[in-house]
Amino acid sequence: MSGGPALTARGVTVRFGATTVLDGVDLDVRRGEVLALVGPNGAGKSTLLTVLSGDVVPTDGKVEVQGRPLEAWRLADLARERAVLTQSNHLAFPFPVADVVRMGRAPWRGRVEEDADDAAVAEAMRATDVTALADRPFPVLSGGEKGRTSFARVLAQRTGVLLLDEPTAALDLGHQEHVLGEARRRADAGDAVVVVLHDLGLAAAWADRVVLLHGGRVAAEGPPRDVLTSGLLTEVYAHPIEVLPHPVTGDLLVVADRRSTRQETR
Amino acid sequence: MSTDEVAPPRALRPSRGPGALSTGPGPVAGARRGRWLLPLLAVGLLVAALAAAGSGQVAVPFEEVLGSVLHRLGLDLGPLPTHPRGDDTLWAVRFPRVAMAVVVGAALAVAGALMQGVFGNPLAEPSVVGVSAGAAVAAAASIVFSLGFAGDWTIAVCAFAGGLLTTLAVYALARADGRTEVVTLVLTGIAVNAVAGGALAFLMFAGDTQAREQIVFWQLGSLNGSRWEQVWVVAPLAVGGVVAALLAAGRLDLLALGERPARHLGVDVERLRVALVVVVALLTAAAVSFCGIVAFVGLVVPHLVRMVTGPGHRVLLWASMLAGALVLVVADTVARSFVAGADLPLGMLTSLVGGPFFFWLLRRTRRSAGGWG
Repeated sequence: MSGGPALTARGVTVRFGATTVLDGVDLDVRRGEVLALVGPNGAGKSTLLTVLSGDVVPTDGKVEVQGRPLEAWRLADLARERAVLTQSNHLAFPFPVADVVRMGRAPWRGRVEEDADDAAVAEAMRATDVTALADRPFPVLSGGEKGRTSFARVLAQRTGVLLLDEPTAALDLGHQEHVLGEARRRADAGDAVVVVLHDLGLAAAWADRVVLLHGGRVAAEGPPRDVLTSGLLTEVYAHPIEVLPHPVTGDLLVVADRRSTRQETR
Repeated sequence: MSTDEVAPPRALRPSRGPGALSTGPGPVAGARRGRWLLPLLAVGLLVAALAAAGSGQVAVPFEEVLGSVLHRLGLDLGPLPTHPRGDDTLWAVRFPRVAMAVVVGAALAVAGALMQGVFGNPLAEPSVVGVSAGAAVAAAASIVFSLGFAGDWTIAVCAFAGGLLTTLAVYALARADGRTEVVTLVLTGIAVNAVAGGALAFLMFAGDTQAREQIVFWQLGSLNGSRWEQVWVVAPLAVGGVVAALLAAGRLDLLALGERPARHLGVDVERLRVALVVVVALLTAAAVSFCGIVAFVGLVVPHLVRMVTGPGHRVLLWASMLAGALVLVVADTVARSFVAGADLPLGMLTSLVGGPFFFWLLRRTRRSAGGWG
């Protein structure tokens, strides 16, 4: 693999009708790094991810995968380079969990990597703690179990780039840590991981780099300690936010200052 | 809901996706259970076909039917029909009819399973959404206006054109935000069936007595009077459609994940959908051309098969093909022997059974969806 970024976005602008959702976003996604996309609702995080994954063609700007324009890739080849976890957990037919995870191996069919199918599926299911659910039909799972199964499918795809849209949504605290820890391990092994997160504490704990989006633009970019500051977050989220180090672990704690809100509700 | 659920400005249509009908990415092994079903269905179909061929006014015992077939295959085994007109009846009347039942049943069941996969909706079926009716309208038009541009194939060509047009219309009308909801699909079916019914009524009004009779025959659906020449028209269409469906099986599984996840796994969703819509129209045309509207086979059969094999399309399509053929061979035998001397319309029979089944499925889907306002 070349030394350049796994994914690059330059001047990406997306307009839905008169609304500008993304406005000239530049982004480099590097191997060996967890990149967190954060920002308030409607900041354009998910849209940016759909642009990176090739679902939405930007109105302006370009995206390159391994230095090659996204639109020049064949879908089948692209599926061996990057895996995408979407927020939707819909399944039209009641496939069992093990089959859903195995769908992640589809891009490798007819190649030498196909031999690793069973191992990849088993490993992904272990990593996401869904091995015990293997025979359960997907539709009867809880929201969190569905989310973990979908994440397992994405892991089983064994691609060098992972694009994850809120992988911790609907997960309990333990599984949130577990999922991001797995993303962390993949990055340490040399993969490039982009993850959309709402929980700034999780972003602070697991990301190497944070991109803070605000109104479709990059408001700040850098290591968590530089981006996740009280002043910047208070401004972007339009709500007083405190950032402080954990007294024991030293981790960044991002908490809302609720004094003013409580007063209003009183 | 995130912003990506809002209709994007334009979907990415890559210039060089995997060929829509080639064996692309997408195997799902899991559906191993139910493998025994295939040999069981194959044997069942063979036995049912031989038994069906033997039953009727000129009754031929099972071993004599078998003997007659073996002799035609050049094997000097088993007894020949003892009835003076036995062998003739078998080969001129019964076998073409049984063969037609096999072909039409397989085509309808596979068309249903395919349509359900394409729409991501277990209630999609050619007759429910009006594709059968659309094909019948075009076929009826070719009779009323005495079209003959393609010889024996004219009716089939017209049925295919009508079926294709209707499938595309339903596809365009019933989809919203990349999904087809049950309510939208069923209501679209009602509208399409109403329009097709109107068109058929007009054709009956405009046609002469003979044409009128033939249109009525279509609406009833029957295998009565099936001839070898017709089988030879329908069979290649059905075989082509089934092969195309089987080639797409792996990608149909991935389609169950939804449009975007399927694309992320390398499936060119738009091309696959369009190609499969053509295949559905082809299979429906094969069934409708000479036998009319035989409803609900494509709904009931894949559903029952799914209960045994699970939803994996690899096994589902094979098993639906065999089970559809089996069901229609049996149903047709019942239709022509239930009332002595009367050849009941096959479509009537399948509707009487399939209608309530459809309703039950609808109620069940509604319950699992938590109601639809």
